[in-house]
Amino acid sequence: MLSTTAAIGLLQTGVIETLFPNGIGQYAIGGLFVGLGVAVIYLGTGIIAGASTTLESTLSYVSGQSRFQKYRLSRDWRIVFALSTVVGAAFWALLFQDGIWTTDVQLWRLFLGGVLVGIGTRIGKGCTSGHGVCGVGSVSRTSLVGVVTFLITAIATAQIVMAFGVVP
Amino acid sequence: MSDRHPMFMPVIVFGGLLFGFGLGYSNMAQPEVVLDFLQFTDFGLLFVMFGAAIVTGVVFAVATRSNRTAPLTGDTYTRRLKSFDRNVLIGGSIFGVGWGLSGICPGAAFASVGVGNYPILVAIAGMFIGAYIQGVWRSTKAEQAANAVNAD
Repeated sequence: MLSTTAAIGLLQTGVIETLFPNGIGQYAIGGLFVGLGVAVIYLGTGIIAGASTTLESTLSYVSGQSRFQKYRLSRDWRIVFALSTVVGAAFWALLFQDGIWTTDVQLWRLFLGGVLVGIGTRIGKGCTSGHGVCGVGSVSRTSLVGVVTFLITAIATAQIVMAFGVVP
Repeated sequence: MSDRHPMFMPVIVFGGLLFGFGLGYSNMAQPEVVLDFLQFTDFGLLFVMFGAAIVTGVVFAVATRSNRTAPLTGDTYTRRLKSFDRNVLIGGSIFGVGWGLSGICPGAAFASVGVGNYPILVAIAGMFIGAYIQGVWRSTKAEQAANAVNAD
């Protein structure tokens, strides 16, 4: 009993270092900026901007498929939003990153993962920004279920891939 | 489209810049960091997603209760509420497998281009192909359903 507090203290130091080996500062601050970006657009226009609708709205420029046509009215600003995201990250890189950064994740993983992300996000009504940030912020039950669903399958997939020794 | 408020696009740009800056700052533009989360070696991603959701949560809650309308469009403030059906589970599962395989999602992929990660263009191409495949499939299904109704 007497050492419960001390034990908890010790445990916490170790646990926090194990769970967050790179600290939490950059994650929390980065998250605040992500939320502010969504908030600025929302307060100005009433629009809740998710990233993945851009895929379909942009396809409406080159495809006559009926599915994409409902995004014709928003397709111009959605491209502007996506390009601004690129530029915003480039600003960060100019300030804090030494030169360009490239991933070591294998190309087949990027490609196949990308295809599944493209299919899944549109069928599932949202991605990590739509469900994860905007939907959770809306306390939407649908989005909470969506987030739990994709977290479970993503964790399972990543663990299986790692178990097969695919690195990175 | 031409009757949009002159500040509409600048606000979209400013919001996008903050969004991308945040994804860069939080290292979400690096698929390795997302995979570290999914493989339980660094749980920082939780702070990014929920940190952002807390900001949007507060802003959505205040705005929807304010009885004001958005200055640039005159639209009412609403929350993001989508109807639930099994597509949320099916699509969410497919999305999760893709996210777990690649460590990348659409917003982070755009930001990744900004940090110079050109191999991510392969993932973005994949996302467009995936979105196109489901678009063709669902357009066809919708047309078949419409034809079936007409036939009755």
